[in-house]
Amino acid sequence: MTERLNGPQVPGGDSAAGPSSGPRETPADPSLAPSAAGDSTGSPDSSAEADPEPVAPEPAASEPAVSKATASEPAAADTVATADEPPAGPVAAGYPTAAPPGAVAPAATAGGTADGTAKAPVRLTPSPRLAVLFLLPAILLMAAWMIYPVIYSIWRSLYDATGDRFVGLSNYLSIFTDSSTLTTIRNNIIWVVVAPVIVTALGLIFAVLTERIRWSTAFKLVLFMPMAVSLLAAGVIFRLVYEQDPDKGVANAVITTVHDAFSSSAGYPGARPRENDQAPAVLRDGAVVTRQQAQPGTPVLIPLVGLGQDVVKDAAPAKAAPGGDGLSGTVWLDVVRGGGGTLNQIDPQEKGLAGITVEAVSGGAVKATTETAADGTFRFSGLPAGSYEVRLPQDNFTAAFNGLTWLGPSLITPAIIGAYIWVWAGFAMVLIAAGLSAIPRDALEAARIDGATEWQVFRKITVPLLSPVLLVVFVTMIINVLKVFDLVFIIAPGSVQPQANVIALEMWRVSFGGGGNQGMGSALSIFLLLLVVPFMIFNIRRFRRDEG
Amino acid sequence: MTTLAEPRHARPVSRGLITRVTDRLGSGVVQIFMILIALFWLLPTLGLLVVSLRGETENNSSGWWTLLTKPAQITFENYSNLLASGFSSSFWNTVLITVPATLLVIGIAAMAGYAFAWIEFPGRDTVFLVVIALLVVPVQIALIPIAKMYGFLGIFGSIVGVVLFHVAFGLPFAIFLLRNFFVGIPRELLEAARMDGAPEWRIFATVVFPLAKPAIASLGIFQFLWVWNDLLVALVFADTDNQPMTKALQSQMRQFGTNVDILAPGAFLSLIIPLVLFFAFQRYFVQGLLAGSVK
Repeated sequence: MTERLNGPQVPGGDSAAGPSSGPRETPADPSLAPSAAGDSTGSPDSSAEADPEPVAPEPAASEPAVSKATASEPAAADTVATADEPPAGPVAAGYPTAAPPGAVAPAATAGGTADGTAKAPVRLTPSPRLAVLFLLPAILLMAAWMIYPVIYSIWRSLYDATGDRFVGLSNYLSIFTDSSTLTTIRNNIIWVVVAPVIVTALGLIFAVLTERIRWSTAFKLVLFMPMAVSLLAAGVIFRLVYEQDPDKGVANAVITTVHDAFSSSAGYPGARPRENDQAPAVLRDGAVVTRQQAQPGTPVLIPLVGLGQDVVKDAAPAKAAPGGDGLSGTVWLDVVRGGGGTLNQIDPQEKGLAGITVEAVSGGAVKATTETAADGTFRFSGLPAGSYEVRLPQDNFTAAFNGLTWLGPSLITPAIIGAYIWVWAGFAMVLIAAGLSAIPRDALEAARIDGATEWQVFRKITVPLLSPVLLVVFVTMIINVLKVFDLVFIIAPGSVQPQANVIALEMWRVSFGGGGNQGMGSALSIFLLLLVVPFMIFNIRRFRRDEG
Repeated sequence: MTTLAEPRHARPVSRGLITRVTDRLGSGVVQIFMILIALFWLLPTLGLLVVSLRGETENNSSGWWTLLTKPAQITFENYSNLLASGFSSSFWNTVLITVPATLLVIGIAAMAGYAFAWIEFPGRDTVFLVVIALLVVPVQIALIPIAKMYGFLGIFGSIVGVVLFHVAFGLPFAIFLLRNFFVGIPRELLEAARMDGAPEWRIFATVVFPLAKPAIASLGIFQFLWVWNDLLVALVFADTDNQPMTKALQSQMRQFGTNVDILAPGAFLSLIIPLVLFFAFQRYFVQGLLAGSVK
């Protein structure tokens, strides 16, 4: 195992850090030796000539074996499809070692760059002036497009909408007092609290579970695919998913199907008894009940109106229920197409109402429940003699369930977060899977042999060993969520954008999307920058630790 | 050996049977769960494709999944209408923005990364820490100042302005990724070249650049996708003549209900090339991801 892991490294990054750099470090390096010593151990005597073993590898060696493995393993694990592609020479081996540690196993890079920065022999180092030449285009672009804008924005945020009047901090003040920006801050908080946790958790679950299926490559590709799709396209995709009409939006189509499977709402909205004294049934608390108590043996008639003929055009003609044992009766639409017919009597052209829930109530308690047949008849069998009130509960007459209003003001943020998870879960999964494949199998196997359940193995071994990767994924997601713009902009329809608004979108709306207040826009962008500063520091710290 | 194993052997057998059964059951449940998840992830994109292939009246009257029972509904009318309406010009704008923005970032970042990795100069570490700090700077911070600057330079609304913006904001990640790769290149190679007296330009071009192909591929695909898929920068800096697909489609979003026959094929066209690239180079894509998951 160890050999396989370390094998491809030899020509690449870690070897440069380790044994090979020791001898090369010449004493003729006085200017750089102190920095090497100071960076790592802080002891001046252990500089180059005193200790042929380079300083950097020491912290690496003290790390647990896991993180060491993590550094090299991604070489094999990080490709989704060609997981075990052999390294094609020094480059294929060197690249993953050089690059992934920053992301996957920060601790393991300890040597990699410290020697690159500190141990280049002076006589072979080209002049610093050359560095200026190499760096100039990049520095110019970053200075003009990134650093200058920060300074300009700070200055601009202290002025009003037109930029003529100095207003001090009042733009910042209004971020925290204006109700619409408060909504955006509230939404950003929801995003930051909910989305990174779900994405990381799903990524972890999927990464662990992909190890148990044979088609894990296909699975990873499917989940990872949204990363390649533009957020605009993802937005269009989810606008279609969230369409209100269950005949168009797949989300509501699924929800209504499931809902209808569990609640047998026949759906005769609007059906009601006639409102006159002759009608044998009346409306009470939304339910239709018989005016008189019914006795078994005498069929009950419950004529209803209020339904269009198209609702019952395929229904069977209503029939009178046969008498005999038990309580029986008919529920039907007491309307003849084109007029005519006898009120409260079953006429041949009139249609029965199928699938209506009927209850027999006695003393306020439901004694029996049945459902009408195609011709509208129903029968309670085995009911004790006595008198009952026949009731058609309100459920029969409520409107059919039409799904959720995903894109309405109350559900819009959860709906967009759902789309966000769809886009990013694959990213988390791939990163975590790369870390997972670096965990030594021996540790897991040993725990299993000792009788640990899968859950215990997961909880006590896998998750703790993965925690550096999980942290990286989590932090990456927080940074990303703070800047979320496209998905909200595209998925939220114009009318609910105020309710779905987030800081990055509000910044655009205020300064370009019709707001025309660049003072406020600058303040918002500075606010956004301040929010990511902690993560900037996190990245810098992580990098410095990695570089030893 | 066998005698040693004997006493431990007794219990695991009975437990082994149980675990075998539960494992099989468990893996069955896992299989089904994973199939459902995969379907869940595929369905939305499939829906977009099907909607883009159905006529307007069908889309208004029934769900896209009814295509499963009525395959005759398929039509390419939406696509031909879309292309006839001038969408292809925004496609070319996307290409004209993405290709230079990708190539420039690779070239400029490779030079800078080389300097950070292999040339000594005072303040190198500090400058590199600034680059790392710039990794997470939000695009929003630059919109207003750069709009002013472009107005002053007279390139507001032009493709050049959009490209330069993407190049600048792509640089920190690109430098970070390439520098970390260059540092891992065996120094023997460089030193041999330097001993031979090769100028730094030639070492860079003939030794480092060819060795760095995998890293450059990772960076290239990342930057390509980032620029191709961008909406915000185009929204602010590209005017209607120079707008890429994303901006062209965004302008249709307002009437989403009636514009599905434009939006669905447009969105699908815009994601074909990224998807093809993704499947062709996913190896490098993932490597880039692992290398720089900070942006």
